[in-house]
Amino acid sequence: MIQALNSALDVMMARDPDVLTFGEDVGYFGGVFRVTEGLQQRYGATRCFDAPISEAGLVAAAIGMGAYGLRPVVEIQFADYIYPAFDQIVSEAARLRYRSAGEFTSPITIRTPYGGGIYGGQTHSQSPEALFAHVAGLKVVIPSTPHDAKGLLIAAIEEDDPVIFLEPKRIYNGPFDGHHDRPIEPWSRHPAGETPEGYYRIPLGQAAIVRSGSAVTVLAYGTMVHVALAAALESGIDAEILDLRTIWPVDIEAIVASVKKTGRCVIVHEATRTSGFGAELAALVQEHCFYHLEAPIARVTGWDTPYPHVFEWEYFPGPARVGAALRRVLEG
Amino acid sequence: MAGLLTIHPEVLLGFYRDMLLIRRFEERAGQLYGMGLIGGFCHLYIGQEAVVVGMQAALEPGDQVITGYRDHGHMLACGMEANGVMAELTGRVGGYSRGKGGSMHMFSREKQFFGGHGIVGAQVSLGTGLAFANQYRGDNRVCLAYFGDGAANQGQVYESFNMASLWKLPVIYIVENNQYAMGTSVKRSSSETHLHKRGGSFNIIGEEVDGMDVVAVRDAGLRAVAKARAGGGPTLLEMKTYRYRGHSMSDPAKYRTREEVDAVKEKSDPLEMLRKRLMDGAIADEAALKEIDREVREIVAESARFAQESPEPPESELFAHIYSEA
Ligand SMILES: Cc1ncc(C[n+]2csc(CCOP(=O)(O)OP(=O)(O)O)c2C)c(N)n1
Ligand SMILES: [Mg+2]
Repeated sequence: MIQALNSALDVMMARDPDVLTFGEDVGYFGGVFRVTEGLQQRYGATRCFDAPISEAGLVAAAIGMGAYGLRPVVEIQFADYIYPAFDQIVSEAARLRYRSAGEFTSPITIRTPYGGGIYGGQTHSQSPEALFAHVAGLKVVIPSTPHDAKGLLIAAIEEDDPVIFLEPKRIYNGPFDGHHDRPIEPWSRHPAGETPEGYYRIPLGQAAIVRSGSAVTVLAYGTMVHVALAAALESGIDAEILDLRTIWPVDIEAIVASVKKTGRCVIVHEATRTSGFGAELAALVQEHCFYHLEAPIARVTGWDTPYPHVFEWEYFPGPARVGAALRRVLEG
Repeated sequence: MAGLLTIHPEVLLGFYRDMLLIRRFEERAGQLYGMGLIGGFCHLYIGQEAVVVGMQAALEPGDQVITGYRDHGHMLACGMEANGVMAELTGRVGGYSRGKGGSMHMFSREKQFFGGHGIVGAQVSLGTGLAFANQYRGDNRVCLAYFGDGAANQGQVYESFNMASLWKLPVIYIVENNQYAMGTSVKRSSSETHLHKRGGSFNIIGEEVDGMDVVAVRDAGLRAVAKARAGGGPTLLEMKTYRYRGHSMSDPAKYRTREEVDAVKEKSDPLEMLRKRLMDGAIADEAALKEIDREVREIVAESARFAQESPEPPESELFAHIYSEA
């Protein structure tokens, strides 16, 4: 997935001189996860550069750049460090279009690795997507494969609204289905591990059906797509699994079509449960599909705790927890 | 060597012991990490030992310390137990945060150590609040707030400087300038690379200190602490130091040369410099230093044993300490 993201940046920097990228350790070093590797050599230090550890300032600077027509892609090294910039994202980036009645916009992309499964403890594991989805004016994208990551990042950079692009870091190097005790499978063996050369885009706001089924709909994104696939396989339940890919704007048509077909719905995310994005999804499903539901909607999520240093796998909602929810919803 | 004549030989030997304990502890932590016994993020303090040991010597019991995530040295210098620190690294119930905090998040009310913070720069502002509380209570305590050269670029650091100077808070800001923030050198991230000048526009006096010289550190610390206790407000001490190891355990270290690292180790290793002075000044002989080494090794070996034998916390710990139990 790292190469796919790198390729998306490369493609866009080559196509559009207004695209530039910066962040902590992004230029000289190529990013702590190597997503920007080689870009400084290729495009020079005015288009790919290091920023001081000043999240608030550097996101704010990106908003200024964007207001004057540039398309900056800011890397926040870990999503856990985005909070110093939260004010700028919420008060400035998200609202510039509205309060200027469309005169100015904020065509910026904020890329940031997020999520657990890497023993990162409370400051390297969080899943803050709901905080951003809650803010009118922001778009929130979460890819689950290299193929999607590249197409979505290109679309995000071309987007005229601010996009929070959350990269599930546990699947940077291969799909992870929650079985932490098994060897890591590389992306090269996965069908969506292949990324086409050059430019292509996956429009924001479109979910993908990654597994068709008739018994129950699973709504997932990021790492949890792979966990849900494992849970379906292991439980033998004929689940239809939707990878939302963009959580806001959310692909409500795809969700409704699937839930109306299956009559049951399980929502999976890694983030804490209370006021998580699953709560929004559950509300949407009941608003649109109430008379088609055969069982209460189930949520499988992280617990309402900070991410602990120990207990990585007690916290992480793995395939066993997802499988149990699938069975529960089928019995209900 | 600054202030050498006024230091009791026993005190110097104590510095040596404390610095050696940090060094050996960190070496052991690195080994346990390599063996897969420590997970996640782990930042070693090797090379910077003189800073915390010198500063600690300037404090009185009850004074507070707060720092970032490169915190093992600070905790040991505060007198926290090696066992509890090592067991936190391995995620065991005998760790200072019962395994829930990990390398970057440990605390001790007893030693007035307020953490261990993973978010770069946050501790500077928290330390400012601690100093406010000291002033409010009138208990004559001071707070040491440590941060890195990279953290020195966080906006909240300057918001804190302004408040601390405005309100004359008893806080010492200590920037440990080890020249790198992960892979970014100071000159690639800072328009003013003399970080002690960064307090100037807030009327905070800054001082550059040889952070490899434990006595120079202590002397600067004593001056700053005396001023803070007397109601003179904050001081900014820039400790020129160096980290020998990678930023964390997963650092390919491509941003600096082997030669650069070796040159520092060769010319200004804080332990070697102190060792030489102890010997040259006939304060200690080979045998005495060996004895210190033996004692330190024992403490570290015991901590490694404890960190593996202490059980993992019960699963109920996952849900404990989120809200008050009342
Ligand atoms: C707000 C925030 N941004 C970024 C990071 C990631 N990060 C962790 S340590 C570090 C470098 C800090 O360098 P410095 O302050 O010089 O301390 P040192 O590691 O040298 O002790 C960075 C960028 C973080 N933990 N928190
Ligand atoms: Mg540093």
